[in-house]
Amino acid sequence: MTLNTNSSTKYVLESTDFQQLIDVLVGIGYRVIGPTLDHNAVIYDDITAVTDLPIGWTDEQDAATYRLNRRSDEAFFGYVIAPQAWKKFLYPSQVRLWQAALSNGSFEILLDSEKPEPMAFIGVRSCELHAIAIQDRVFIEGEYVDPTYHAHRENLFMVAVNCGQAGGTCFCTSVNTGPKVEAGYDLALTEVIDHETHYFVVEVGTERGQHVLEQLPVRNADKREAKLPKTITDQAAHQIKRHLNTDGIKELLYTNSENPRWDEIATRCLTCANCTMVCPTCFCTTVEDVTDLTGRQAERVRKWDSCFTMDFSYIHGGSVRYTSKSRYRQWMTHKLATWIDQFGTLGCVGCGRCITWCPVGIDITAELEAIRQTKAKGETIKEGSDENIG
Amino acid sequence: MTHNKKPKLAVWKFASCDGCQLSILDCEDELLAVAGAVEIAYFPEATRATVRGPYDVSLVEGSVTTYHDAKRIQQIRANSKFLITIGACATSGGIQALRNFKDVDEFIRIVYARPSYIETLERSTPISEHVFVDFELRGCPINKYQLVEVLSAHLHGRKPNTPAYSVCVECKRRATTCVMVASGTPCLGPVTHAGCGALCPAYHRGCYGCFGPMETPNTASLSAQWQELGVTDEGLVRAFRGFNAYSEAFRKESQAHEHDDN
Repeated sequence: MTLNTNSSTKYVLESTDFQQLIDVLVGIGYRVIGPTLDHNAVIYDDITAVTDLPIGWTDEQDAATYRLNRRSDEAFFGYVIAPQAWKKFLYPSQVRLWQAALSNGSFEILLDSEKPEPMAFIGVRSCELHAIAIQDRVFIEGEYVDPTYHAHRENLFMVAVNCGQAGGTCFCTSVNTGPKVEAGYDLALTEVIDHETHYFVVEVGTERGQHVLEQLPVRNADKREAKLPKTITDQAAHQIKRHLNTDGIKELLYTNSENPRWDEIATRCLTCANCTMVCPTCFCTTVEDVTDLTGRQAERVRKWDSCFTMDFSYIHGGSVRYTSKSRYRQWMTHKLATWIDQFGTLGCVGCGRCITWCPVGIDITAELEAIRQTKAKGETIKEGSDENIG
Repeated sequence: MTHNKKPKLAVWKFASCDGCQLSILDCEDELLAVAGAVEIAYFPEATRATVRGPYDVSLVEGSVTTYHDAKRIQQIRANSKFLITIGACATSGGIQALRNFKDVDEFIRIVYARPSYIETLERSTPISEHVFVDFELRGCPINKYQLVEVLSAHLHGRKPNTPAYSVCVECKRRATTCVMVASGTPCLGPVTHAGCGALCPAYHRGCYGCFGPMETPNTASLSAQWQELGVTDEGLVRAFRGFNAYSEAFRKESQAHEHDDN
């Protein structure tokens, strides 16, 4: 088959040939990770066969609720997003940084030099590509590179999948992160399914992607098919119900540290840290130093941490953010305001996970709006607010 | 600490099921290391040999429920440099603290043929209500890895890693999908102290609160969500009256849902 191949060319891969995409990636040496059905959710995990995909399943999401439902068709990517982001692979929740052993009266430092297997992600949504780009900025593009993240990230092959539907907690359109994938992928797929046909429109983002594509039984997309990625993502965009009003968002939060809404949120917030754990951009960690009983072995372990714990802001004498009010305010203000000063973008990609997976359904979009509506009492952050009283 | 002399460890039992003491024996791989690092001076569950006090470290299991035990804990404290309570009984009164919500004399009259033989306190209380406790290790039962961690930390003069945040943090770190959000299963995880490694949710069950309240538990908010899921006041009373029924946060929450008709 001869293929027309310039960068804007789109291709068609039949669903019956999808296994070949997995096989080609495995053949190159990638650990392939994609959506798969767990007990009660579509999660991201290792896959080897097309039958590992959540074929015919979808997820219904709203504040504090997530339910798996059967679809009326056999779509491969007919769900929205998994409970946990790809972060769990790129930035594992627990990493041993180094070990030390006591020998002949001195310490020997032992570094783990094992390189992680290169990974290929299948099914990355647009908001998730943006989240990974944000973590790239934090971990790789700054002055200090995080070696763990970098080692997982550098050989990552990214197969993005355009959203064919919006979830109940999505708001990517408010923060310009989707639903159509625009950049940051090797291959981008759009799933097209109806009574007669089931295929994927394929777009190529990189040379690596082109190299993989050339090993697949694809044909050139016709004019109608080439328009489908836009048509389908436009439909998904229209389904989005939630909206985050970003007008003057940084100033709004900087001038509302004493807004009474924070007290109201504190009556509901569990300080359980779920929002930060599921957030695809949250990156805070703690380190635990551990010695064994003999005192001859020690190691330092890095674990995901959260600004919702007391230890997070513990300094001599106590925790700085001892109220749940101050902890929620810290988190939201970082996501939507101070992140802009720190990294140049919002720290939120509108994936809606913090809304779905908050056990009591606190909704960041609704809370921001409530603060906007009650901002009359606002004042700027200044020393002497309760944030600074230990 | 001198290197020649191993610290003397004693294990004491009060009102309890012995499960936490068994966690020490359950250490298996680490047990020899424990025996190598300390002199086991008093541990009737494991050995009949005893060494006189004072003791460098005392592990105390169980709650105080009798006059005799209330006196005994004073002696143990006086004989111990460092006193660690292990488990829900010793740190919050245990399941037997359910008596604290009722009239214990009524129980005695119903249960025993000769109530006059029974001499007991009205309430089951944690060790910390009687003596100063240096460290409290949570759990019903305790997590054996946490116990080894507490002993290791103590022997080497560092702070043990036994975080007081919620079970949710452990769930998310092991990538367990939230049972409450995804299945509507009531779960005490958001208000419960970490330490078990989020065991029950990994098996699709809600958390039972074995490790007691987390550092800043918002039990009222969680209860409101449980009610959304269809749990009644009676169900809430039962949930908060588990192994840590008498811990302050769980006690107050269960009392808030207690009415004359439940």
